[in-house]
Amino acid sequence: MKKKSSFFKILSINIVWLWLGIFALIPITLTFVTSFLTQDPNAIVKFALTLSNYWELFNHAYVSILIQSITLAGTCTVICLIIGYPFAFTIARSKSKHSSLLLLLVVIPFWTSSLIRTYAIMAILKAKGILNAMLLAMGLIDQPLQILYSYLAVLIGCVYDLLPFMILPLYANIEKFNEEYLEAAQDLGANWLTTFIKVVIPLTMPGIIAGSVLVFLPAMTMFYIPVLLGGAKNLLVGNLVEYQFLTANNWPLGTAISVVISLLMGAMIAVYWYNSKEKDREELA
Amino acid sequence: MNKNIIELFGVSKKFENYQALQETTISIKHGEFITLLGPSGCGKTTLLRLISGFDKPDTGKIFIDGRDVTDLPPEKRHLNMVFQSYALFPHMTVYDNVAFGLRCKKVSETEIQKRVTNVLRMVKLEALHDRKPSQLSGGQQQRVAIARAVVNEPIVLLLDEPLSALDYNLRKSMQLELKQLQRRLGITFIFVTHDQEEALSMSDRVAIMNEGYIEQLGTPKDVYEEPASLYVADFIGEANIFTTEILETYDNKLVIEIEGKRIALNNKKDFEVKQKVHIIMRPEDITVWGENEITPEESKNMLPGTVEQVIYKGSTVDLIVRLPSEKKILAAEFFNEDDEKLDYHTTEKVWIDWIPGWEVILPYEEKI
Ligand SMILES: Nc1ncnc2c1ncn2[C@@H]1O[C@H](COP(=O)(O)OP(=O)(O)O)[C@@H](O)[C@H]1O
Ligand SMILES: [Mg+2]
Repeated sequence: MKKKSSFFKILSINIVWLWLGIFALIPITLTFVTSFLTQDPNAIVKFALTLSNYWELFNHAYVSILIQSITLAGTCTVICLIIGYPFAFTIARSKSKHSSLLLLLVVIPFWTSSLIRTYAIMAILKAKGILNAMLLAMGLIDQPLQILYSYLAVLIGCVYDLLPFMILPLYANIEKFNEEYLEAAQDLGANWLTTFIKVVIPLTMPGIIAGSVLVFLPAMTMFYIPVLLGGAKNLLVGNLVEYQFLTANNWPLGTAISVVISLLMGAMIAVYWYNSKEKDREELA
Repeated sequence: MNKNIIELFGVSKKFENYQALQETTISIKHGEFITLLGPSGCGKTTLLRLISGFDKPDTGKIFIDGRDVTDLPPEKRHLNMVFQSYALFPHMTVYDNVAFGLRCKKVSETEIQKRVTNVLRMVKLEALHDRKPSQLSGGQQQRVAIARAVVNEPIVLLLDEPLSALDYNLRKSMQLELKQLQRRLGITFIFVTHDQEEALSMSDRVAIMNEGYIEQLGTPKDVYEEPASLYVADFIGEANIFTTEILETYDNKLVIEIEGKRIALNNKKDFEVKQKVHIIMRPEDITVWGENEITPEESKNMLPGTVEQVIYKGSTVDLIVRLPSEKKILAAEFFNEDDEKLDYHTTEKVWIDWIPGWEVILPYEEKI
């Protein structure tokens, strides 16, 4: 009996490894190898080893695009946190039958393709769109706002698209938060601000970090939102990679950019991992 | 010392449609150790939360130290609470947990250091001041929770079943520690428990609660020896209960019939003829006699019975005696140097009586 179950355990673990090997390790290896090859106008790549793809990245234009992407992803993460925290807190604190309904509402947008939702945002933001029509009708403005095809539009799109990734881990964390801590703090004479800063934030930090990682990473590599909402004016790292592959036909450069981004993000996770306590780690895993 | 520190007048609380606390009026004296005792769900926590200010009463007024605090939030009431689950902040060390209240009140760090160190010494946790709560045992966490509350020098400490999470031995020693701490601090403790033994052994007064109201408030001796209701008699300790009717009354006496015998008892509460009553007898007030220990003349005023079970308990032996009506009663006999006759065996015929006047007579209540 025991032998049998351990056989299945070994088998299933090996299947997982095989799966990861085929669908994660091989593409990553291919990407990594390609980044050291040379561009060939007539084929996908030429098999000549070089480091020139990486040297090219020090080009001023690429560096500034990287900085822009980090800024956008960072801003997006902070805004998601500011909106998502009270949101998750309210859901987690509301009566259980309400909270499951509210959670459902958070998840519903996932049922529609993110691309389609981005088009919907275009419809809202454009000069003759829903938002402007409303504001004009209410008399708050007398000229349509030019939001679409701006940095602001990209930011709105990113926040809208990624907000659930912030809310869900925060909710999972805040839900476990024992309300007695709030009463204990109040009992000891803490006002709500002290309670929030000294008790609530530290105790929900694992959720804050998990949510931030889940928002920041995809925000770094967004490519269709900047194109659709930013009107290709606001090129980001994701667009750069897409451009190298599909337009410039420079796969080695595209893969080199990908490798650098992956390393950057990996470094970020590693820094968090080593600074976090064991308990928080379990929560992230 | 004898002034009232807490006074509740007609305080009640309803949750949705459930009356968790009926209108309650109670005064608690300064320096008193008072216990709220009752089964789970009887409203102990509700009463405590109304006093602490975490809940607002629907009716009534609450005074603390002569001041109307009915509309004041918890932090303005000069009392502190020890929570059932301790609610220690898991991300803070023992020291920071205890210092939390003082820091909120902007006490200087040197003063904080002095007071926290003192309190930690008092609860014998000085050496563990930089541990996190998760690195402490249940008893140690309990002491941190108490230290965190008393460091603020409250005039009243509220404790909601603080010992219920501890195992038996630890609970016993914490009971002693808590009682000593209360004497040393000289402040009022309002202690909640569902354990009657704990309540009797620790308290100056016990409030016995039932379905949202206080059935009886009195010293442990009062509530044990003079229970005010069947519920209290049954909840506190063991009780043998006979339900019967008064046959006649004369000269401060009343006559009843138990097991076919007419028995005259003191009529302390002016019961009347035909009134139905409960006669309550504590096991230790009942004496059991062997058949050859008494004369037929003596047995006239005793009840016959058969020993059904003998339970040795060290200092006492408990006997379950079956009466002719099949009713079983519990008698506790104390071992006594000059009484060799305590080796009862089952099926033995015995006679029982009780110390006259030690029975409690209560008006009839519809039992559940
Ligand atoms: N916040 C609340 N909402 C609804 N019902 C409650 C609430 N708090 C307590 N109750 C109800 O009031 C009754 C008394 O509860 P409680 O005071 O906690 O009892 P105890 O502490 O004696 O076990 C229980 O039946 C409980 O279900
Ligand atoms: Mg309770």
